[in-house]
This record gives sequence, structure tokens and C-alpha cells, in this order.
Amino acid sequence: MPKLGWRREFGTIALLAVVVIAVVGRDHRFLDPTSLNSVLLWIPLLLVVGVGEMLVIVTRGIDVSVGSILGFSGIVVGMALRSNPGMNVELAALLGLGIGLALGAVNGALVAWARVPPIIATLGTLSAFRGLVFIVSHGVQVDSNTIPPALTDWSMSGPVQIGGATISWLLLIALVVAALAAAVLRSTRFGRNVFAIGSNPAAAKLRGISLPRTLMAVYCACGALSGLAGVLYASRYGFVNPGTAGLGFELTVIAAVVIGGVNVFGGSGSVLGVFLGCLLLSVINVALAVLGISATWQTLAYGVVILLALVLDGAVQRVLRRATEAR
Amino acid sequence: MIRVLHRAEAIPAVLLVLAIAAGAMLSPYFLDTGYLLGSSRIYVETGLVSLGMTFVIVSGNIDLSVGSSVALTAGVVAKLLSIGMPVGWAWPAGIAFGALLGVFNGIVVSKLRLSSVLVTLATMAIYRGVAEVLLGPASIRLPTDFASFGNATAFGTPVPYSLILLALMAAASAVLLGRTVLGRWIYSVGTNERAAVFSGVPSGRVVTLSFILSGAFAGMGGLLVAARLGVARFDSAKGMELDAITAVVLGGASIFGGSGSILGTALALLVLAVLRIGMGVANVTQEYQLAVIGTLLVVAVAVGAIFQRPGSTD
Repeated sequence: MPKLGWRREFGTIALLAVVVIAVVGRDHRFLDPTSLNSVLLWIPLLLVVGVGEMLVIVTRGIDVSVGSILGFSGIVVGMALRSNPGMNVELAALLGLGIGLALGAVNGALVAWARVPPIIATLGTLSAFRGLVFIVSHGVQVDSNTIPPALTDWSMSGPVQIGGATISWLLLIALVVAALAAAVLRSTRFGRNVFAIGSNPAAAKLRGISLPRTLMAVYCACGALSGLAGVLYASRYGFVNPGTAGLGFELTVIAAVVIGGVNVFGGSGSVLGVFLGCLLLSVINVALAVLGISATWQTLAYGVVILLALVLDGAVQRVLRRATEAR
Repeated sequence: MIRVLHRAEAIPAVLLVLAIAAGAMLSPYFLDTGYLLGSSRIYVETGLVSLGMTFVIVSGNIDLSVGSSVALTAGVVAKLLSIGMPVGWAWPAGIAFGALLGVFNGIVVSKLRLSSVLVTLATMAIYRGVAEVLLGPASIRLPTDFASFGNATAFGTPVPYSLILLALMAAASAVLLGRTVLGRWIYSVGTNERAAVFSGVPSGRVVTLSFILSGAFAGMGGLLVAARLGVARFDSAKGMELDAITAVVLGGASIFGGSGSILGTALALLVLAVLRIGMGVANVTQEYQLAVIGTLLVVAVAVGAIFQRPGSTD
């Protein structure tokens, strides 16, 4: 099994290499620090939410409300910063985390206790939470002059410089979140329970794992991370618009997770894979810009990438199943 | 009486009465027939899409790509008309194109045995993306003799043609799902696919066909959207999948497949239409309306799940 995990991530790495070589072959500007920096700035939001989404997908669920949670947390934290100019930005990040946790708990309650199928529950809350964004903000944007520089600095500067490319605080936060998640999944009972539920819910139940409690925790975690991403969004873009913040982000996140080799039938996946999926999507995104391909192609590119990853995943699963049956 | 209440369609029927009563209390214009019929045009599009969605959900799948299919069909038809396709071909071309989008969904889901949630999430992006690449940010004008259908009413009455189309399609769908062998097959695949296969049902073809129906109805919806607005835009019908799924589930269909009916969907559609028109009259904005519909969907499914806990399926 560990060998298999290694092989899946190897596939993502190979794909990444192919894309990078193809793009650099067309235009070497892709290796300039400016492009590298934009790749590095693309990753944090995607990785933070991607880790949460991965947890959900491993348990055979899906959460399409992440973009709305991001938007809600972003707008509420933005409004808090607007009315309290002196507010500590670390406190703002915690506030975002807490707001996301609360909204994630709503999803969790629906899925774990009311037994609403995840796609229906989160499709409903996708709209409901977006509605909340408008109710709270009255449709008014949080402008860039009210976001404190201390917060926007997270995405402008960072402790490490590698050959002109900056590892921003934003990226560092995301990497810490990812490392923590990887550690929890690998070494705690909760982590093993998540995988057990995804591989075989009935067996997990028989082994005494509480399905509702674990699912609740998973949706809460996904919500909390989406909430944190709302604050990172405010840092990265410097403003929060109720209509656009996080709109359609679920698609990008699910694409990253699926490309990262997280099994869409549940039960397997790794944080490293999700990181590689995020990296690949960021590279594709910046590559589109460097190659001068219009942004109108973006949605199509994501869709194709998700479908390809699904089809490949399905094919790999079938081959593996046949191999185990033959043995 | 008790038996009537036990039918799945009872919930939307009761909700419909409540919604009409609430709407009538909120605004005196609400019960004006002309106003109700005039506003109905907007919901006819969702209605057609919901009919197709009923087949997909009863077969145990879901189609998230319908909103994008609506926009893409409208865009493709507008493009074809602008390069000289005769107006008379618009309808067959649009329906055939929508069906083609459904064929793709159906084949990927049934041949590759992938989850319809993820496949149609991908095609939702792909179809929308193709529409965006095809149309760009501009809106493409449709010829007036095509667009005139969008606002035409039948035989001097205030009843729009599009409403008559929806009624005819609903009747045809009810017969197809409730009275034919294909309909029985769709139910049996949705109830227990393995059992259906063992009893000789061609489950792959049944699933593909339900997606084709969904695509064709989305194509029809796209033609109506284009005719009503007079233009095609890549971002039209965004979020229509939410309304359609809500209508089907509110109409008593189980999201796990195997149950549901066109009558239920039709009643639930009326509930949604009355709610939306009522909120429109009361000046509730689009985003709030979405929030209400989203909440309604979740509550409807949660209530349903609590009343009929799937004991052995888990």
C-alpha cells in the first residue's frame, strides 16, 4: 500500500514535469522570478482549502460550499477590520478560522446526523452561505484602504528568498497547515478513522468507529480551513467583494485534490498529493498567462483537467482490481 | 385521506397551498392571473430542466452540468443562426446538441463507472468553459423571428406558448417514466443496479438514456432562455442545477434513486415558482432568493431522510 501511494504521487510529478518542460520550451520567461512568484502566490489558498476538501473526499463525501465559506469568512473578517482599524491580524486569522468552523459544523450536522447526502447538503449551503454573505455585507465590498497593511504584508513579504523568488508568510502558513494535517492523518486515531470510514464505512462501524462524530469533525475541519482561507484571500487580494470572493473556488479546489491522486471513491489520498495537485494547477494557471492564452480558457482547462484525472483514476483502479483478482 | 397524505407528492402539494396563501397575503398583485402567467416564462426553463433531472435522479445519478448545458446550447444555436442557419432549424439543432452533451455525460458515467457527481461537476466546468471560449464576454443577438417565440402567447389568451410546451413535455415525461418499460427500467436501476442487471436490464444504456433526456431538456431550456432574452451569454442559467435538483427532491424523489415522479416534480416546480414570484413581488433580491432555495433543498432532504431512514443500505 505505501508503494502504491508513492506511485500515484509519482504520476502527478511526471505530469508536472511534462507541463513545465512544455511551457519553458515555448517561452523561457516562465522561469523568471515574476512567474515563479505568481505560482508561489497561487498555492496557499488552494492548498489550505484543498487539505480540508481532501479529508471530506477521503470519507467518500464532497464539500462544494467551500467557496461560499471562504467568501463569508473573508467578508466578516474584512468588516471587523474595517470597524476596528487597530485589530490584531493574528486575531483576525483566528476569527476567520472560527467562522469557518461554525459553518462547517452546519454541513457536518446535515451530513452526519440528518444523513443528507454530502452533495445535496453542501449544494444547499453553497447558496445559503452566499446569501448570508450578502445579508451581512448588504452587498458592499470591503475596500483595500480598510484592510490593514499588516495583513497584506503576509502575501508581499516572507522570511525566505530563493534566487529572487519569495516564500511568503502566506505560503508558509499554508505549508504549516498542510504539514499539521499530514501529521494528524498519519499519527492519530482520528486520522486512521478518516481513512477507515472512506475505505469501508460498514467495517469501520463494526470496529467501533463513530461515523457521525468523525464525519462531523471532518466537515468542521474543512469549514475551518476554508474560513482561514477567507483571511488569506483578504491578504492576497487586498479587498473582499461579496459577489466574487471565493465564487466558483470549489471547482479549482476539487480539481487540485482529484489531480493530486486522492481516490474519488474514498479511502485513500495524501497531503503530499494534494500539494502536488495545487502546484500543478498553479503552474497551469500561470503558464496560461505567460503563454498569452486568454483567461476565458481557464474554466474549460479546469474542467478538462478534472475529467482527465477522473478517467485516469478510474482506469488505474480497474487495472489494480484486475491485478489483485488475478493474484 | 390518510393514504393520500402518505404519498410522496403530498409534501409539495401542501407546500404549494401554503406558498400561494403566503404570496396572496404579501401582495395584492400576486394572484393576478396575467402577472402570474407573465412571470411563469422564467420558470418554464427551470421546469424543462427539472423534467430531465427527474429521470437522472430516479436512475440513481445526478446531473450538475444542466445549467452549463443550457448556456452552451443557447450559445451554439446563436452562433449557428449568426452564420446563416435557417431559423426553422434552431429547435431541432438545439435539442439535438443538448442531447449530445447528455450522451457524453452518460457514456462517461456508465462506461467508466465513475461517480456522476464528479463527472458532471467536470462537464459543468467544461460546457461552461466552451461557452465562454465560444462567446467571450459579448452577448450574441438572436434574429427577431426566433426570439419572438420567447414572448408569444397562444390564441389571443395570456398563456405563453412556452408554458404550453412545458405542460406537453411534462405529460410526455410522465407517460415515459410512469407507463413504459423504459420507465420501469429507470426505477429498477435506481433502486438496485446489480439486481436490475441480473434481471436483464441494460443498466448502462438506461443510465446513458436518462442523461440524454436531461441533456435534451436542457437544450430545450437553452432555446427558451435565448428566445426570452433575445441574446445568448456564456454566463446565463448559472446555478440552474440547484433549482432543478431542489424541484426534483422536493417533489418526493429520493436522492439515492429508485423513487420520484414527474407529478411530484411538477408540483414542486409550482411551489418554487410561486416562492420565487412571491419573493420577486416582495422585492427580495436574487442572492436572498438563492439562500432561501438552498435552505429549502437541504431542509426537504433532511426531513425526508429522517422519515425514511435507510436502515439496510448503510
